[in-house]
Amino acid sequence: MSNFIVSPAPHVHSSDSVRRNMLNVIIALLPAYVVSLIAFGWGVLIVTAISVCSCVLFEYLITRYVLRQQPTIGDLSALLTGLLLAFNLPSNLPWWQVVIGAFVAIVIAKLSFGGLGQNIFNPALVGRVFLLIAFPVQMTTWPLPKGFATSYLDATTGATPLATMKNAIKAGDASLLDQLPELWDMTLGMIGGSFGEVSALLLLVGGIYLLCTKTITWHIPVSILLTVFGVSGLMYVCGMPGAAAPWYHLVAGGLMLGAFFMATDYVTSPMTGWGQVIYGIGIGLIVMVIRTWGAYPEGVSFAILIMNACTPLLNMYIRPKRFGEVKK
Amino acid sequence: MNTFSIGGVHPQDNKQYSAHKKIVEVPLPQKAIVPLSQHIGAPAKPIVAKGDKVLVGQLIAEAGGFVSANIHSPVSGTVTKVDTTLDAWGMRVPAIFIDVEGDDWISEADRTPAVNRICKLEPQQIIEKVKNAGIVGLGGACFPTHVKLMPPPGKKAEVLIVNGVECEPYLTCDHQLMLEHGEEIVVGIQILMKALGIARAVIGIEKNKPDAIENMRKLAAHTLGVSVQPLDLKYPQGGEKQLIDACIGRQVPSGALPIEVGAVVDNVATIYAVYQAVQKNIPLVSRVVTVTGKEVARPGNYLVRFGTPVADIIDFAGGVPENTGKIVGGGPMMGRAMSRLDMPANKRVSGLLLIPESEARRTDPANCIRCAKCVGACPMGLEPYLLSKLASLSRWDEMEKHNVMDCIDCGCCQFTCPSYRPLLDYIRMGKAEVGGLIRARAAKK
Repeated sequence: MSNFIVSPAPHVHSSDSVRRNMLNVIIALLPAYVVSLIAFGWGVLIVTAISVCSCVLFEYLITRYVLRQQPTIGDLSALLTGLLLAFNLPSNLPWWQVVIGAFVAIVIAKLSFGGLGQNIFNPALVGRVFLLIAFPVQMTTWPLPKGFATSYLDATTGATPLATMKNAIKAGDASLLDQLPELWDMTLGMIGGSFGEVSALLLLVGGIYLLCTKTITWHIPVSILLTVFGVSGLMYVCGMPGAAAPWYHLVAGGLMLGAFFMATDYVTSPMTGWGQVIYGIGIGLIVMVIRTWGAYPEGVSFAILIMNACTPLLNMYIRPKRFGEVKK
Repeated sequence: MNTFSIGGVHPQDNKQYSAHKKIVEVPLPQKAIVPLSQHIGAPAKPIVAKGDKVLVGQLIAEAGGFVSANIHSPVSGTVTKVDTTLDAWGMRVPAIFIDVEGDDWISEADRTPAVNRICKLEPQQIIEKVKNAGIVGLGGACFPTHVKLMPPPGKKAEVLIVNGVECEPYLTCDHQLMLEHGEEIVVGIQILMKALGIARAVIGIEKNKPDAIENMRKLAAHTLGVSVQPLDLKYPQGGEKQLIDACIGRQVPSGALPIEVGAVVDNVATIYAVYQAVQKNIPLVSRVVTVTGKEVARPGNYLVRFGTPVADIIDFAGGVPENTGKIVGGGPMMGRAMSRLDMPANKRVSGLLLIPESEARRTDPANCIRCAKCVGACPMGLEPYLLSKLASLSRWDEMEKHNVMDCIDCGCCQFTCPSYRPLLDYIRMGKAEVGGLIRARAAKK
């Protein structure tokens, strides 16, 4: 009657796991993915397949043969990085550019820092921004939402709503905004753009799923969206020439995708509630600065990466509220 | 909001196995081993020797200091030796070994079931009786109760918080005690209010025990100043500081005791022991122990004399199931795993949890993904991810700056970690080291 296992408390576990959290994010991305398929057709499937497969493969090969560790692809984090990278690409991007993006995301942005949990910057966004800088033409040539009628590479392309908004504000001419698609089309996702970012509505549904399953907390998405809404609303109300209405800013570009799925990346976001709120406000402000005055029409990726860099600082200065804190 | 304000987790409560099982007395052992260190503080000093005859309830060891507690014989018979034993936690402690002969009690003990409601003793006499009876906190910490009844000069108790929360999963002994001995508990509360000279008591009970809330409400209805506070389910609500926060909305300052905010917290089992000691002259020689687990044949709530070997108690509940992988003394969140079963039950063992082999092993830890779930779960508002990292790097002074000594060992961080990291193991190591540094600094001064 011996040989019992002895270990310190606690002797039970919530049975939460990395894999379960990653799976929840993947599930939350699916509704928006369906809209992307309807909008852009085969290119979506091809880009996703290449991105996911290369990310998982790079992770496996590097951990197994270079780092000589037990490969960790079972936790689904590499799969999720691949999926998120794909969501941030146009559906007509040449396959080899997708592979390069996956390489930068997994090998340079994640594994070179020491693997899961160690990286400073969001891997999928590093991959995307690398592609944006390396292949600016392909990365900003957006296919029009014409569904399966379009084939992978030779799609007709057009301007995104954000480009229209940018032109309007540069010219200081609000009449240019008449070229914007209907607000409902922008909300649902029948517009040009990176294929995963277009359906603000279904990304929001996915985000609410993440909140309900406690995969993420409200702090980051709510503070980003409120900041963008507040700042763009202020510009609009104050009559800044060419400023678009705040609801256009909420549904345009990568804001919903960024707020719920990219900025909330566990590894690269702050550890405390207030830290996350400041981080979210920072992202919102930078997004509005870039959208209004920057060289690019869209700034969500850059905003998140810049605030990723501030995360260690926020962790150092913003502490959780201690129980029974004594003022010194 | 009827719960504490920061952090907390929701483990499966698994109380269905032993809930509402009537308290049953476990037969006396043939040989009792009575450890002399069943409480926080100095071990008690034996006052009997080999060959002495002892009665149940007879004082056999005296408190070894201010923070210490008397030990009484839980059985009657002959002392065979005064030696050391391994206690239920596997620590070697002094102990008195007694061969059991019958069940003869000290003459002053009143063992009739009638409830004696009238207490004419003065506060000082009550405290003296509690002290003499060797009563310690039966919620798990085993802090001597009489010490809590004597606030340091300048501090004044205002409210007695009665801990009927039982937030540990699986355990049901306090629940059953409130159902079967609620009346005695209410008398015990009045006695303690008198001893402390206060007019208010709050009984905190979690809402997963509606019958206990109902019963205590009914019994306390005609008692001035005593109220029942139903609480939303959240672990570790039974933690002293969390319970005070939940019941009266005051936060005990970091590093201070509950008396700082005018609160004294006692567990219902402790208060029942106070009643027994003051009104019935029965010192603390037994307690209710929940024996439970998914595979246990007769899970239930058992009245156990201290000194009974753990194996005897489990045998009485149907024996150790074949696939048992781990045996925990206490609940699954804060209890301690036992390596063997021949050790005696003591004042600390509130439960015996038999965990099947399939659930007994920890999952291998993976990298920290910085999800911040441990920060959200910590009821003290600490940063477990950071503390465990600092402990792994032996950076003790930084741990102290990040309030590691506030940690209450509740295990919420490790429970919630999706990477299965041994956060609390590291933090405990840090607490031990930092505690040593603090004591060394105090010694220098």
